[in-house]
Amino acid sequence: MTDGNRVIIVGAGHNGLVCAAYLARAGRVVLVLEAADRVGGAAITREFAPGFRVSACAHVCYQLDRSIARELALASHGLKTARAKLRTVALAGTGDHLVLDGGRLEAGTLPDRDRAALAEHHARMLRFARVLGRQHNRRPPRIGGGGRPDLVGAAMLGFDIRRLGRGDMREFLRVAGINIFDVLEETFDTPLLKGALALDAVLGTNLAPRSNNSVLTLLHRMSGESQGANGASLPRGGMGSVSDAIAAAAGAAGAKLRTRSPVARITLEGDRVSGVELESGERLAADTVVSNADPSRTLLQLLGARHLETGFVHRVRHIRSKGMAAKLHLALDALPGFTRLPAELAGERLVIAPDLGYLEHAFDHAKYGQCSPDPALEITIPSVHDRTLAPAGQHVLSAVVQYAPFDPRANTDAARGEFLARTLGVLERQAPGLRRHVIASELLLPADIEREFRITGGHWHHGELALDQFLMLRPVPGAAQYAMPVRGLYLCGAGCHPGGGVMGSAGRNAAQAVLRGGLPA
Amino acid sequence: MRHKEHHRTAVYQTPFHPRTSQLNTLNEWHRWKDYTTADAYFDQALEYAAIRNACAVFDLTPMTKHRIAGSDALPFLNRLITRDVAKIKPGRVGYCVWCDDNGQVIDDGTLFHLREGDYRLCSQERQLDWLSRSVHGFDVSIVEDTHEVAALALQGPTSCAVLKAMGCSGIERLAPFSIAWFPFAGGELMVSRTGYTGDLGYELWIDPARALELWDVLFEAGASRGIRPMGTRALEVARIEAGFIQAGVDFLPADQAIRLDRTRSPFELDLGRLVDFSKSGFNGRRALLEERRRGSRYRLVRLDVEGNKPARSAYIYDRRRHVIGTVTSAEWSPSAKANIALASMQMPWGRPGDELWAEIYYQRELKWSRVMARCRVVEGAFFDPPRRRATPAADY
Repeated sequence: MTDGNRVIIVGAGHNGLVCAAYLARAGRVVLVLEAADRVGGAAITREFAPGFRVSACAHVCYQLDRSIARELALASHGLKTARAKLRTVALAGTGDHLVLDGGRLEAGTLPDRDRAALAEHHARMLRFARVLGRQHNRRPPRIGGGGRPDLVGAAMLGFDIRRLGRGDMREFLRVAGINIFDVLEETFDTPLLKGALALDAVLGTNLAPRSNNSVLTLLHRMSGESQGANGASLPRGGMGSVSDAIAAAAGAAGAKLRTRSPVARITLEGDRVSGVELESGERLAADTVVSNADPSRTLLQLLGARHLETGFVHRVRHIRSKGMAAKLHLALDALPGFTRLPAELAGERLVIAPDLGYLEHAFDHAKYGQCSPDPALEITIPSVHDRTLAPAGQHVLSAVVQYAPFDPRANTDAARGEFLARTLGVLERQAPGLRRHVIASELLLPADIEREFRITGGHWHHGELALDQFLMLRPVPGAAQYAMPVRGLYLCGAGCHPGGGVMGSAGRNAAQAVLRGGLPA
Repeated sequence: MRHKEHHRTAVYQTPFHPRTSQLNTLNEWHRWKDYTTADAYFDQALEYAAIRNACAVFDLTPMTKHRIAGSDALPFLNRLITRDVAKIKPGRVGYCVWCDDNGQVIDDGTLFHLREGDYRLCSQERQLDWLSRSVHGFDVSIVEDTHEVAALALQGPTSCAVLKAMGCSGIERLAPFSIAWFPFAGGELMVSRTGYTGDLGYELWIDPARALELWDVLFEAGASRGIRPMGTRALEVARIEAGFIQAGVDFLPADQAIRLDRTRSPFELDLGRLVDFSKSGFNGRRALLEERRRGSRYRLVRLDVEGNKPARSAYIYDRRRHVIGTVTSAEWSPSAKANIALASMQMPWGRPGDELWAEIYYQRELKWSRVMARCRVVEGAFFDPPRRRATPAADY
């Protein structure tokens, strides 16, 4: 036991750092332990080839909570935007493309019906996403039991939905659990438009357009935009600069940060935490341990199932957290030329998902343990906006590639080589000659992501975003209010409400839970 | 492997069936966990009389049995069970309950510590699912071996003498809840001083291949000491007299409940003595601590009911005729000469001295009548003879 004030945070992901900053500002003695040699977790910038740096996991900033950025004064701690409000360029391969800025078509051709529907669809989805966005900074209510705060929390969620108005509320309740395929099919005609919009719904998830629940994931992605954030933006220096700025804010508030300090286990004294033991054997005492690691790693590996109750362990073991997205990094000696795409658009968010069937077909293979033969891609070339990432005149390309299942058969070196060739093939179709410009490449499969970022299953949300793992069910009932069943232990990562994406809300909510001293009875 | 042949038969016969079926002159059977089991053999009242005045044999084979072993068997069981398993030494048996995360009782049973780190858990309900769910994070193996162990209960005042006559020398020194092993027919007979009657009695555990031989030797040794087979009905009277509860009768196993208020905690079953808060991290601990702080919802009581009509399933009323409880088990007790019942009462009812009334419906020649009978809360068992605990056991 120490003086009741010491907090250890396991993992210096962006949420862990946000949590550290808020706790340090509240006067807690905070020590952040990070296994890797730098802070940031899945929001880091690192070199993957000499002279070429890239956002190694998350690569576009959609959802960073503006109030957190303001309260922690991230701008004064060095966070700069290289490019805000990226537009989406849907590539068709034939040279056709659509340039979308939210609900507005900026270039390309769409029938009038689709053009009008796009504006309406985007506005409606934003209104729905706002309902989710309002929940981000609230502790989800407890189900069955709990006290007044839980009833009020549940009532506020209901009120937010009701406030949409009769028509929107009905539509929200209709679409929130269904799939994006049906919604797009009933709204639009143009396959390229539908493909591009669907990719946003399934990016980073274990879902295809026809999978139920894929509207919810879209709304989750848009929930940052709905809060009036920068839309899809690229921070200067890559995503690592977001983490670095939060780390600087935490450090300025008095939090201590230690890298290269992997935690082996969370220690207990009786039925409450007493600190952590590092892999080096060093023991550190704390009254409160907040874990930024994913729920199953925290609870089953670091703490150990034997210290938890059977029913709870059963739920934690069944958290769905198998990643489906791979990450491609290319070092290029020149800006690639995409067929008939003006060069000034190469720095936008380029998506390759020419139609709904293409995406669905890509998923079909992954369902059965194989990487997609024709994957879908979300591509950024951040060096267009940010010269700090590549040598002059050269570029880095960063892409999310779907689908690559977290399956031993699909995570071998041979499978990686084949998937890389396939992915380059898809790129080559859009940008003939691109292969000749590749100086170096790196492809991270879910197993690689699991290894490098220590995320169980390699799922960047620390657990599938789905209705059964959402809000008061995230990560599991009994653990959705940041405080764990073991006294003094908290979760603060993407596995908690409101989930993944570089947002920071889970970290701040967890800090508030710690400051309140866990759950009211 | 009998259970792999389950599709060939609808109901199993126990290894004692060749004898029990011969002795069952009433030919009355029911199904107990997929085994056919005698309700009564020749006369329920006389079978009961044998329990209290001589000794009676009950075929216990269908009782669900699990073997739990491995280097983590003790921590595994201490997480599973509410009492401190470390206190149950090798060669000892402990009565225990286990709860879900909400502190609601899943089942009760007896835990046999056979050898260091090697346990047998006996329960009314099948528990393999819950045990398997609980195994994650522990180095322990769990096998349900119900079919691989034949078992008999030998209960009653002459039981010790019968075992002695059978060759179990020194059995009289076996303390309650202790285990002893004896060579038997080229194998091993395990004897535990346990039972479900609240009387002097033993349970015998044997390889099914030697089951019939055990039965024959036992009945031969007991012939001069009034040994009788007993069915479930006679046992039922004895267990209610002893104040023992039964899963599915006096409480609903928590994993079978759909409605939240149907389950019971150990405190609500008068089993608070089985909950040891001094050990950390067992299933239900947090919820039970919370219950102790806030108070329980129910209380299990033993009732002495006026008159002689068993108060089966009766509502219990307070003086102002509000329903405040329900009878879960009831019988006429020949030994206590009382009309006894177990009941689940809403708190705070069921304190000694409370004025309680049972609403009893009974039938005479097809005509239903109703009587309101005054009930008195009884503390402890209805029938609790000193011979039950005396060590060395008396030689009747």
